[in-house]
Amino acid sequence: MKKVTNKSLLKVDRLVKHFPITKGIFRKKVGSVKAVDGISFEIKERETLGLVGESGCGKSTTGRLILQLLPATAGKVFFKDHELNSIGSADLRKQRLQMQMIFQDPQDSLNPRMTVGSIISEPMIEHQRLDRLQRHERVEQLLNSVGLDPKVTNRYPHEFSGGQRQRIGIARALALSPDFIVCDEPIAALDVSIQAQVINLLEDLQEEFGLTYLFISHDLSMIRHIASRVAVMYLGRIVELASSQELYSRPVHPYTKALLSAVPLHDPVLEKKRKRIILIGDVPSPANPPSGCHFSTRCPVAENNCFKTAPEWREISSGHNVACHLV
Amino acid sequence: MLSQTSILKVENIVTRFRTQEGQVHAVNGISFDLKKGELLGVVGESGSGKSVTMMSLLKLLPMPPAEIVSGEANFDGHDLLKMDLEELRKIRGGKIGFIFQDPMTSLNPVLTIEYQLIEPMREHLGMNRSDARRRAIELLEMVGIPEAKNRINDFPHHFSGGMRQRVMIAIALACNPQILIADEPTTALDVTIQAQILEIIKRLRKELGMAIIWITHDLGVVAGMADRVAVMYGGNIVEEAPVFELYSNPKHPYTQGLLKTLPNMKGKRAERLESINGQPPSLHQKPVSCSFAPRCSKTMERCRQENPALLSRENNHKVACWWNPN
Repeated sequence: MKKVTNKSLLKVDRLVKHFPITKGIFRKKVGSVKAVDGISFEIKERETLGLVGESGCGKSTTGRLILQLLPATAGKVFFKDHELNSIGSADLRKQRLQMQMIFQDPQDSLNPRMTVGSIISEPMIEHQRLDRLQRHERVEQLLNSVGLDPKVTNRYPHEFSGGQRQRIGIARALALSPDFIVCDEPIAALDVSIQAQVINLLEDLQEEFGLTYLFISHDLSMIRHIASRVAVMYLGRIVELASSQELYSRPVHPYTKALLSAVPLHDPVLEKKRKRIILIGDVPSPANPPSGCHFSTRCPVAENNCFKTAPEWREISSGHNVACHLV
Repeated sequence: MLSQTSILKVENIVTRFRTQEGQVHAVNGISFDLKKGELLGVVGESGSGKSVTMMSLLKLLPMPPAEIVSGEANFDGHDLLKMDLEELRKIRGGKIGFIFQDPMTSLNPVLTIEYQLIEPMREHLGMNRSDARRRAIELLEMVGIPEAKNRINDFPHHFSGGMRQRVMIAIALACNPQILIADEPTTALDVTIQAQILEIIKRLRKELGMAIIWITHDLGVVAGMADRVAVMYGGNIVEEAPVFELYSNPKHPYTQGLLKTLPNMKGKRAERLESINGQPPSLHQKPVSCSFAPRCSKTMERCRQENPALLSRENNHKVACWWNPN
């Protein structure tokens, strides 16, 4: 198995992001979309933390906040003891070398007018002092590690299939030998038979280079496979966080339970037997989240208190945190 | 509960696209039949031809570039592919309903839900406005839209994705279709919303008894819904069997590989996912060999020379593969 150390690599402390809603020609602020509403967690060295939730729950925003691609409204992000929100831009630039991102859609995240070689070497030109030959060598080496033919450096992204393009995106993320990578739905746009290839590649690279991942996805079965710990998000807040094994075998938050029960199993015998928890209604708008527990409006077991006060984030057993009044 | 009479019998459909880069062989001779009241799951990855096949049936493809080269589709004693557009129009949205993947783009944004629901009923069933409106409200209630009476005058953008897909289902069911073709109806939705829609379809199927063709890439959705499953690859059906048989005893190497690549939700976590090597086929070449051969672990000389036909084996199982373990 993976060698997860107990040292924490990244720590997120009560992170908040509110996007303003403006109106009129003076762009007066009339409200805010509470995309991320006070979340805290940490990621240990060489582990994979899975972040799951439905669309609009704030999981991608969280990834961008961590990499400082978006300024946070409040809260702190610590990376290797540096507080990223307060360090100067020159220092942040240095830290950025060690933190990279893999995007969902390899179609949109690669410049169609750049060759594969220049896409992968661009971060090196920006951040490292390598000459042409050294860069070329490094590009070939990277292409090799992501399982592409090193001879493709002069070709353009459109000449590749979706899975191969995602490999190019991974090679680019690895160019500066980072320690930490945010994988934002890296397999969502790929076909089923290609997904496993990319997941295996990510696991191999983690092993080889000692990488730490924040793996953002809505695919619960893939998260179960790749993540060592899993955080479940709902409407801007983390509702439950536990080791992957614990979360899938003993979920305690009513939302986690419903979410897990909604995943179709690829086994007709189990499917016929199982009882689904069907949630009523849609996810409320993050511009106007319910008071108290955000899940209260759809929760099958909500009580009076749930509609009034937000539940505390607490540990119920070692490494298993949950935010629910009824647990 | 299933009857044995076919309601739709499709024979050897071949559809091609003419593009600047040459011909694309999207569908290469597909045959299947659909029984009364049955739910047939059609599974395949993008580009396997599953949507093009179903759209060919009703000539919903832009022609040109698409061209239906050959085939027959017998429905109700007539060949759909020989009908002219005037006749087809009576069937589309009437006896055969269609639900598309993306409820964002398949509803007209400038017309109210009421208008879009009532139009097919007035057109196909000759209902007057007030009767149709009454039935429209019933339909919206049936698919679980709260306060249907008030919401019927809303525009599509007033609804969330899940609600819009419910409206699409209501429109497709408006004229009591005998066949409902659902093209990835839950792919754009979140899992908890998908679970709601699946429940609705299961219930309506029992109440209305129509036959359904369910196109999807999600082997999980099909496992819980379908009676029979057809697996497509490179424009061919490579395997077809009753749902329990297919999942417990997959015979085509592609189906076997596909089921193995999926991570489990229960039981022990696999150390490593099994994967199918290689890339999906380019459809520019003529299908003269098995299109899965370059990725298959069982490839033999014959696979590269001849495309296997879909042949029956025991337990209503059909497989298109030269390799036979027995």
